[in-house]
Amino acid sequence: MTSQRLSGWGRTAWTYAETTAPNSVEEIRASAAALPQRGVIARGLGRSYGAAAQNAGGVVLMMADGALAQGIALDEGTGLLTASAGVSLDDILKYSVPRGFFVPVTPGTRFVTVGGAIGSDIHGKNHHFDGSFGQHVVSMDLMLSSGEIITLTPESDPSRFWATIGGMGLTGVVLTATIKMLRIESSKVVVETERLKDFDAVCAAMSSDGDDASYRYSVAWVDLVATGSSLGRGVLTRGDHASRSQDTSPQPLDYDPKVRLSAPGWAPNGLLNKLSIKAFNEAWYRKAPSKRHVGLESIPAFFHPLDGVRKWNHLYGKQGFIQYQFIVPLSETETLRKVIETFAGAGVASFLAVLKRMGAQNPAPMSFPTEGWTLTLDMAAGISGLPELLAKIDGMVLDAGGRHYLAKDSHVGPHAVRRGYPRLDEWMQIRDQMDPQGLWRSDLARRLKLVES
Amino acid sequence: MKNGVGVSQNIVLFGGTSDIGQAIVERLVVPGTASLVLASRNIEAAVPFGERVADRFDDLDVHHISFNAADAAAMSHVVDEVVRESGDIDIAVVAQGVLAEGVDHFANQETMIEVANVNFTATMALLYSLANVMRRQGYGKIVLLSSVAGERVRKQNPAYGASKAGIDGFALALDHDLEGTGVSILVVRPGFVQTKMTAGMEKVPFSTTAGKVADVAVKGIASDKKVVWAPGLLQWMFLILKNLPLTVWRKLPI
Repeated sequence: MTSQRLSGWGRTAWTYAETTAPNSVEEIRASAAALPQRGVIARGLGRSYGAAAQNAGGVVLMMADGALAQGIALDEGTGLLTASAGVSLDDILKYSVPRGFFVPVTPGTRFVTVGGAIGSDIHGKNHHFDGSFGQHVVSMDLMLSSGEIITLTPESDPSRFWATIGGMGLTGVVLTATIKMLRIESSKVVVETERLKDFDAVCAAMSSDGDDASYRYSVAWVDLVATGSSLGRGVLTRGDHASRSQDTSPQPLDYDPKVRLSAPGWAPNGLLNKLSIKAFNEAWYRKAPSKRHVGLESIPAFFHPLDGVRKWNHLYGKQGFIQYQFIVPLSETETLRKVIETFAGAGVASFLAVLKRMGAQNPAPMSFPTEGWTLTLDMAAGISGLPELLAKIDGMVLDAGGRHYLAKDSHVGPHAVRRGYPRLDEWMQIRDQMDPQGLWRSDLARRLKLVES
Repeated sequence: MKNGVGVSQNIVLFGGTSDIGQAIVERLVVPGTASLVLASRNIEAAVPFGERVADRFDDLDVHHISFNAADAAAMSHVVDEVVRESGDIDIAVVAQGVLAEGVDHFANQETMIEVANVNFTATMALLYSLANVMRRQGYGKIVLLSSVAGERVRKQNPAYGASKAGIDGFALALDHDLEGTGVSILVVRPGFVQTKMTAGMEKVPFSTTAGKVADVAVKGIASDKKVVWAPGLLQWMFLILKNLPLTVWRKLPI
């Protein structure tokens, strides 16, 4: 065990914990059996933005660092892939794409672990089409705080299975999971790109009565810096994996994800300021073709553009940044517009803002996605007046029947999660049965009062 | 702990009626703060302030606890009580203090002992108790109200100056000891501040207000400073004053 300073991807709210990289299941069991006073939490690659995978004064299991972070087995007949919890989607893709399989759900980064994908019940550009990650988990092995290892499937043990999906690591430590992979014929994606002149145009194009449902992947980047009539203008990209007939290259399953750039570690606090972000947004908008355009893109270019820049989270400097992601019901486009106007009016510049229409909710009580609009934006954490501004926007989101994505969250309080997640009590009951001594704890769980301190 | 936008969830003020302490707390409590504990010798006197803050934030819980600021041996129990009220302690503002200006210590040593107990001995015990809890939490910030009076002790109020010199040095050393634990201490060195404590005293040059001291302190917390001065110019004045030869220092009309 070493004392280590940890934060989420946003590099805010640093705390110290004792960390250990487990090399065996026995080592995890020993960490739990020691019953550390401030509890234990598992951490993957630290891509959640806030405090979900840190545990001030307690123990953090570095699942992606030890010998346990290995092991991928793919049954090419059934498309079932079994991986250790510490294995990343990056590792899986490198293995599976050349064999003709894609992960069923990927977020905007491939540097997340299987365990993290389950704990956060991650979603991607295909949520309206395929649902979230948990819906593709066929079974998983979970270590409870008692040290017992249980195998959970949605059929045999639905309540404990779904409490773990989106359960933020608070029901136990995921050891391995079996996932149903998606068969692909090419590593390319056929992408349609369309520039949309304002917020209404973006919403209309993505609405369910539009043609969104005919695309597996769909997401819009929106410009939250543009004001006036251009407010909320965006670039909509939609597509699906290319078929053999669409991708005629001799090696259609070649896959070569490269990290090309690294953000400088010394980035000053003001590097991403209002002006540079405005210029970036303008360029990003202009770069998109003004007419609908169809082309082939690689997996990294379409799904993981930011992974091309290593440590891009350092661009905000020492102050760090937060990512704000919420969802509101489909009928609440006016709330969405008001939120966008409030951010733009307060002069909060967002480097990247993404809008997506989500599909139906799965049975997990703490899973974030519900049918509705989700907007994601990031901003420097040091902006003055930010707590007050976010409190105002939180109120708008919650009043509209919406909620916040806990994997991104770094500021909401106990009341907000209780309003946003009406099945929280039900989840806490199942969690208490699974972890009667309250061993699994994180800084996020403390802030939201999901656990005792 | 702090949330991602730098908001401390749980704040405690020792010296719940201190003007500077209250001004700091008023700036620290923002949307997202979960609880505020006011530890005061006289709870009644701190209640109006607690109500004023609570009125501004729906989700904020305000608790009052009473404590004897001179009782060093009780400090660890006081801290335990704060933890029972609020859970983890994110920021502790240590603002209790006694000035005892103009008291003839030749005639009455009791006041002098009180000054030493409150400003130094009990505060030292309090800092240790807080640091101990925060070390186990893996994070935490202590804000200590020191004084420029400790920089070079004046004959006008030697007990106060010496007690501040002592606690200031102690806090800096404790902060050093806490390196790598996530816990840190900010030492605030105000000059002459117009407050209840100094009411009736003659104003001196570079005097300031509780609000201005609080602004400086809150900035120091955000930027993780070790020491801040209010007003900032005093840092350079005292650099000179501290290094004046004794014969010159004693001739100064201060």
